[in-house]
Amino acid sequence: MSTAIEIRSAVKRYGTTTALHSISLEIADNEFFTLLGPSGCGKTTLLRCIAGFEDLNEGEIRLFGRDIARLDPNHRPVNTVFQQYALFPHMTVLENVAFGLKMKGMGLADRTARAGKMLEMVHLSAFANRMPAQLSGGQQQRVALARALAPEPKVLLLDEPLSALDLKLRQAMRVELKTLQEQSGITFVFVTHDQEEALTMSDRIAVMSQGRVQQVGSARDIYEAPVNRFVADFIGETNLLEVTVDTVSGAVAKVTLPGGQKITCPAAQGVMPGKHHLSIRPERISLAAEGELEAVVERIVYLGTDLQILTHLTTGEAFHVRMQNLARIALPAPGDRVALQIEEGAARLLAD
Amino acid sequence: MKGVRHYPGFLAMAVACLAILYVPLIVVMVYSFNDSTSITTWGGFSWRWYADVFTGPEAPRFKAAAWNSITIAVLAASAATTIAVAASLAMIRGGRFRGKSATFALINLPLMVPEIVTAVATLIFFSTIALTTGYMTILIAHVVFCIPFAYLPIAARLQGIEDSYEQAARDLYATQWQAFRLVLLPLMLPGVVSGFLLAFIISLDDFIITNFVKGAGMETLPTAIFGSVKQGIKPNIMAISTMMLAVSILFVTLSYYVNRIGQRTRS
Repeated sequence: MSTAIEIRSAVKRYGTTTALHSISLEIADNEFFTLLGPSGCGKTTLLRCIAGFEDLNEGEIRLFGRDIARLDPNHRPVNTVFQQYALFPHMTVLENVAFGLKMKGMGLADRTARAGKMLEMVHLSAFANRMPAQLSGGQQQRVALARALAPEPKVLLLDEPLSALDLKLRQAMRVELKTLQEQSGITFVFVTHDQEEALTMSDRIAVMSQGRVQQVGSARDIYEAPVNRFVADFIGETNLLEVTVDTVSGAVAKVTLPGGQKITCPAAQGVMPGKHHLSIRPERISLAAEGELEAVVERIVYLGTDLQILTHLTTGEAFHVRMQNLARIALPAPGDRVALQIEEGAARLLAD
Repeated sequence: MKGVRHYPGFLAMAVACLAILYVPLIVVMVYSFNDSTSITTWGGFSWRWYADVFTGPEAPRFKAAAWNSITIAVLAASAATTIAVAASLAMIRGGRFRGKSATFALINLPLMVPEIVTAVATLIFFSTIALTTGYMTILIAHVVFCIPFAYLPIAARLQGIEDSYEQAARDLYATQWQAFRLVLLPLMLPGVVSGFLLAFIISLDDFIITNFVKGAGMETLPTAIFGSVKQGIKPNIMAISTMMLAVSILFVTLSYYVNRIGQRTRS
């Protein structure tokens, strides 16, 4: 697979604050790649640097091998879907979609035909002559997509494009976006703070925090094998326990749990014997007759499909367990002492 | 909380203010239709003073002055609007630069400086650089004092336009100029038109500065009217004043509605 975008040691500073600390990333051709992180983590800044709305202070951005970091936005073969769509309010839907083609010098007949095809693709042919203000949020979103895809960019950049939609529409658009990406064969770089969005659509995800990439991997990688506390905590729910690492051999470590029990578990790279954090997903723990941890139940939260059991360990730490809401389960009552059994391989030792 | 209407003396105060503002205007308008050579006694309705403005002994003077006023207003408003568009782009889209607040103050200072001071200073300036007073000096002076009036509605409009529109245009392969001409300028247009109309009416209306820099033999409508009044107020002055008032009201109303349409089309 060839590389669509290669970012090398990208640094962006605003005055004395650094928004991007030497970011390096490779995004493969035809990949749905997501930049995920909380607000202020630098994900949008990085996207704007790729689009050309911001200039890097240092580093390179290579698009299929060519450094584009110093080019104006109109000379970069990438297009953007903006968070608030930024459809031109004084142009019709068709004129909006044809705008990029017009700027590229395509004749009226050709660009009208192509823009019409793009509108067909997003099921909005009937709205070609409307003004953007006459469309619903979901329709505007699809026009923005059609407009950005019409000039056949090599890479499509999407800046939280679903955040302005309501929940149902957002879920439908996720599927539509993913399908569109697979059909068009264009590399998508998608920015979001919504982990569910990231997990459901992406081929790979870069988790960002404080201007740094914390981890890059598939949804399964970052959920099941987080490298550090930030990633483990940001993606999904987890229990973080401070443990003592006795020995490390390769990717496996022997650790002592707070209660004194010893277990063997997978470890992230760079773990050394000493104090470290162990991440245990709440759905990979079960209540059993005996287990590695002892806890007292505080309360049981009913979530519909699931039940959340809030406990604290006998050594003091808060600990959540999540289980499917099955009729046959006999539930403990608040105040009960329970044993918690950690599924084989479910506990993961973190680097920091 | 009580509305302002319930404060003691509100009604009397409001009526007094409105009367002082508008009764003189109404008197002028009504007496412009007076069929009498006296300006104080009513002699029945007539259009004669309007006819007098166009055909009477003073007609050639008024026509020449009106032509000067209108051409100067159009040219000055056009130049001031162009400068104001450029200034608002620099101020609002130009990012941070040294002396930005000083620049803002400089653009708007003409609104605060007493006009008579500007008039004297402008005259001294023109004579220092040995520019003969006349049509050209009036035009230059008008361009200058029209800029802040054109700037205010244009800058207000631009402030409300998100910069993602221009970014979207640039992203879709538009050059900086194309992004301005095809996207930003159309979005700014209501503010630009509004600024032009305001500048036009301010120029058309100006007396003090014009009177200082116009030079001998050169008249605009306000200075021509003032010249006539010095020889005694005749009813034709009321007719011509009423016409100017009508034009002013028309333009200000137009400017207001253009701005309102702009607000409705925004996002």
